[in-house]
Amino acid sequence: MALLSSVTRRTLTLGLNSTMLLPLSRSLQTFSLPDLPYDYGALEPAISGEIMQLHHQKHHQTYITNYNKALEQLHEAIQKGDSSTVVKLQSAIKFNGGGHVNHSIFWKNLAPIREGGGEPPKASLGWAIDTHFGSLESLIQKMNAEGAALQGSGWVWLGVNKELKKLVIETTPNQDPLVTKGPHLVPLLGIDVWEHAYYLQYKNVRPDYLKNIWKVINWKYASEVYEKECA
Amino acid sequence: MAATTSMVTSLTFTIPSLGLRLPTRSYPCLKPQRRFVRKAASNVITATYELKAPPYPLNALEPHMSRETLEYHWGKHHRTYVENLNKQVVGTDLEGLSLEDIIIVTYNKGDILPAFNNAAQAWNHDFFWESMKPGGGGKPSGDLLDLIERDFGSFERFIEEFKAAAATQFGSGWAWLAYKANRLDVENAVNPWPSEKDKELVIVKSPNAVNPLVWDYFPLLTIDVWEHAYYLDFQNRRPDYISVFMEKLVSWETVNTRLEKAKARAAEREMEEERRRKEEEEGKPTNEEEDDDLEMYVDNDNDDSEAE
Repeated sequence: MALLSSVTRRTLTLGLNSTMLLPLSRSLQTFSLPDLPYDYGALEPAISGEIMQLHHQKHHQTYITNYNKALEQLHEAIQKGDSSTVVKLQSAIKFNGGGHVNHSIFWKNLAPIREGGGEPPKASLGWAIDTHFGSLESLIQKMNAEGAALQGSGWVWLGVNKELKKLVIETTPNQDPLVTKGPHLVPLLGIDVWEHAYYLQYKNVRPDYLKNIWKVINWKYASEVYEKECA
Repeated sequence: MAATTSMVTSLTFTIPSLGLRLPTRSYPCLKPQRRFVRKAASNVITATYELKAPPYPLNALEPHMSRETLEYHWGKHHRTYVENLNKQVVGTDLEGLSLEDIIIVTYNKGDILPAFNNAAQAWNHDFFWESMKPGGGGKPSGDLLDLIERDFGSFERFIEEFKAAAATQFGSGWAWLAYKANRLDVENAVNPWPSEKDKELVIVKSPNAVNPLVWDYFPLLTIDVWEHAYYLDFQNRRPDYISVFMEKLVSWETVNTRLEKAKARAAEREMEEERRRKEEEEGKPTNEEEDDDLEMYVDNDNDDSEAE
């Protein structure tokens, strides 16, 4: 009885994001699929509605489902003091948690053209890009080259090193988040180059996907993040 | 370790037949398969690797694997690996080597060199097309089935494990059934415990372009789990693709043939090592422990082999 009421108290104090689960899971937070701020077809013809729907409803959802599962198993293992299971679960958490983190950013990185998708960055981010890369075109060229050359599955990122206040281009393999390339790196823009992100439309021609996606890149979001880190 | 290379553009190694030196160990199966093509514009001979067609028409695996998938997967992806490999190899020390040799050399013990991805993917895809056939699936028989049952408990358990490996290879990669003839003879060590347990079937999964050749296993079967292999037909449903592959596409005859070759090569290697070990012993200076052995070997005209 006392246990139950303490569980309830703890869960309530965690705030709006908590979900009340069975007492066994106590204060474990579960994650759910964020809504897209636009329709599946709104990014056409750069990215097809078919791809957006599969990407969001199947791939991202699966990462979330498996992430939640791994977290629950981790929670149990921690409670039992089962260190070898705790360690064993790290790769599942990295894959699936990373998948959730990365895709959540990705949906915000995109916007329909009529809502500003493709509009070049202005203000401080625009200036930083010109300073660091010479021009927006040069940045795009570099990112596309890195994205095209990535072997297998992964992401290409425009990030900012919040310590040095410097822009960086990085790639990460599989679902590794940008922070795995440097603890001070904050993602501004990520482009998913897993084949599922473009195959139904572009097939093996990843460079065409990379060329076209810039038409729907949401620089407003990237600017917001940049200003927050470098204000 | 001799000649472990960090050079990007040229490697120094020797292969006996070509007057090139290999890093560390020797490869028993070294037969450089050179296909020579005389360039039209010059008198220079260049070696090229060819895109081999699958052993069946591109629509022959329907409805389990669509013609469209084969057109892109073989006609674009596989073709691009081969073309890019040729561009990477021409004019370098890799030119003229067999595909397998390039793979081993450029794997470079994990510190992979630029040509590895294209070379390994060219090989992997050849191997993959040949692992399938129209009207495939079903169950293996004979030696292969016996070994599967011995090493996995049952055919069903094997299927379960293989499917799990293929489903859990995160990102791009491959799942494999391979024959492992476990020898510890990297450098000059010899496996001190040769036994039947060494020669066993294993299931392994590998990322991106990596394949079991780099671990000195004999690959027997593979499934490509890069998304391009199944996305047109199955989208995100990789487990469905894997099931269809096992039930309808696997060519067990091919797997069986490969197993026979693997066992034969493993036996050859064993004899090679036996022979080499004996030669080394002969060459050693005699000491009291070795005297008896040496004498026995030398006085071999006796039929009785009595130990002192």
